[in-house]
Amino acid sequence: MTDARAAATTADDHGMAPPPDKPQATAPEALSWDSRSRRVVTIYVPLACFLFILLFPFYWMSVTAFKPNAELYDYKTYNPFWIGSPTLDHIHLLLFKTDYPRWLWTTMIVAFCSTVLSLVASTLAAYAIQRLRFKGSQYVGLAIYLAYLVPPSILFIPLATMVFQLGLFDSPLALILTYPTFLIPFCTWLLIGYFKSIPYELEECALIDGATRVQILWRITLPLAVPGLISAGIFSFTLSWNEFIYALAFIQSTEKKTVPVAILTELVTGDVYQWGALMAGSLLGSIPVALFYSFFVDYYVSSLTGAVKE
Amino acid sequence: MTQTQDPPLAWTRRRRELNWLERMLDWKPLLVVACMLPAVGLLMVFLTYPLGLGIWLAFTDTQIGRKGVWVGLENFEYMLEDPIFWNAVFYSVFYTGVATIGKFGLGLWLALLLNNHLPFKSLLRAIILLPWIVPTVLTAIAFWWIYNPQFSIISYVLIELGWRDTNVDFINTAWSARWSLIAANVWRGIPFVAISLLAGLQTISPSLYEAAMLDGSTPWQRFRYITFPMLLPILAIVMTFSIIFTFTDFQLVYAITRGGPVNSTHLLATLAFQRGIPGGQLGEGAAIAVSMIPFLVFATLFSYFALARRKWQQGEGDD
Repeated sequence: MTDARAAATTADDHGMAPPPDKPQATAPEALSWDSRSRRVVTIYVPLACFLFILLFPFYWMSVTAFKPNAELYDYKTYNPFWIGSPTLDHIHLLLFKTDYPRWLWTTMIVAFCSTVLSLVASTLAAYAIQRLRFKGSQYVGLAIYLAYLVPPSILFIPLATMVFQLGLFDSPLALILTYPTFLIPFCTWLLIGYFKSIPYELEECALIDGATRVQILWRITLPLAVPGLISAGIFSFTLSWNEFIYALAFIQSTEKKTVPVAILTELVTGDVYQWGALMAGSLLGSIPVALFYSFFVDYYVSSLTGAVKE
Repeated sequence: MTQTQDPPLAWTRRRRELNWLERMLDWKPLLVVACMLPAVGLLMVFLTYPLGLGIWLAFTDTQIGRKGVWVGLENFEYMLEDPIFWNAVFYSVFYTGVATIGKFGLGLWLALLLNNHLPFKSLLRAIILLPWIVPTVLTAIAFWWIYNPQFSIISYVLIELGWRDTNVDFINTAWSARWSLIAANVWRGIPFVAISLLAGLQTISPSLYEAAMLDGSTPWQRFRYITFPMLLPILAIVMTFSIIFTFTDFQLVYAITRGGPVNSTHLLATLAFQRGIPGGQLGEGAAIAVSMIPFLVFATLFSYFALARRKWQQGEGDD
């Protein structure tokens, strides 16, 4: 067993040995004659600046969340970039003195339900447009694509009156039903691209063997489309987690708010802002999305770039 | 003899009869309708209908809790005389223009940097996408804290370095607030632009660069005559999206300044919200929201056709 593995690894090593020369031979920069120091100045220094600027707000958010108030408002005696005596006070305040756990729970339920709803709807629609090829299917596809270009900030006022008339005002159901308006166009668009990459011959074989269309969708196309479904699901989940304007307009009572809205409207009270708690709330609200996304980052990046390439 | 007769029978298992539901669903027109119904139904009810309703509301004096009556162009006439509305129009255009230039300039630069052979490339891409993943409002709150008049970390660093004597004023006067918001928007937009353009860069064949180098091209010429034209199709799509979503931005401005100081940083979306939901004037809010539509159509057509036509010309030149 171990011998076999050792043999395999050595084989791998032998297999790996040539490539370090090879990619360099075809790499664009090997063609130019720039020296190592020039490469550092033109590539690594700007890249480090970009990374610093892109990540600094997150660092600052985390540092603030764990700083005691004394250090928070006194840059003279304490170095602001570091925490002298870390404290969990702000997180404690957030979790036990406010409705934060409930906001988190509501956000998760809303994001989960609207993701499932739009995934089902857009999988069926994408399958019909891409595989059933009915008359005018490309126009329906185009219309769904155009629907993605209608921004929520145009729709929220009429939607608010509709939500009021349907009696859904101040209910999470209003959010679950309205989020698919921006999730479905995006997911459908993404899944059409994904279905296109699955060979049609597989379905033809199944048709010849006497499978029904529903069986083909359930047994052949969907299992092959799992990576596409996962990335569409991640997109939908993060988009609904990020959504702000509908949640701000349709939800009024404190305990039913979603995390982004609640932090801005419930924690900012009066003239004295609780900066520590605000930052702790932002950090805790970012972590689930960041975690969720870090597990699937490869799917995410490939589908993002794939969708853009379409 | 009889034994040899039996096995073939075992092989020909009869196909299970389909029940009526399965047979109905195998009829293509019905299957198409069944598949399209959830998506099209949801979009019709919650997207197309509200779009029409919004346009209708713009011509009424509807308020929260009171049905409006048709007032014709009254809302628009009032809007045209309202300096706050014109200020919002100006800032929306300015914000979109400057932020788009910033995002695409820096994003293209970052994409070109990432296109080199680097260690930990996939980790790097994941880290870079972070500002785009995290909810906008939450990062906006972080920026609000960074822009704090008293405890801004940027002011602290500048004073420590001896470059300034007083705290920087980020969001308390009109122009500084405008620029601060644009900076936050550019910060959030860079990752998406960079990662999408990187995908475009990776599809460009290295043999084009090799051929250009054999012809003695400079790096600038390689960028100008190979990279840029090859990138245009993706650039057109990403830019159209970016312009639309920057022009209709709401979260960042609402979280950091709420349109202040003295209404100087209102975008059309935040102004529509302020008039419509807390102000209760749904008709007026809808009129402001509807006034975004011509800008959006224009921006889409402009960026799409300007870039698409150049792509077509380049393509023909290459042939």
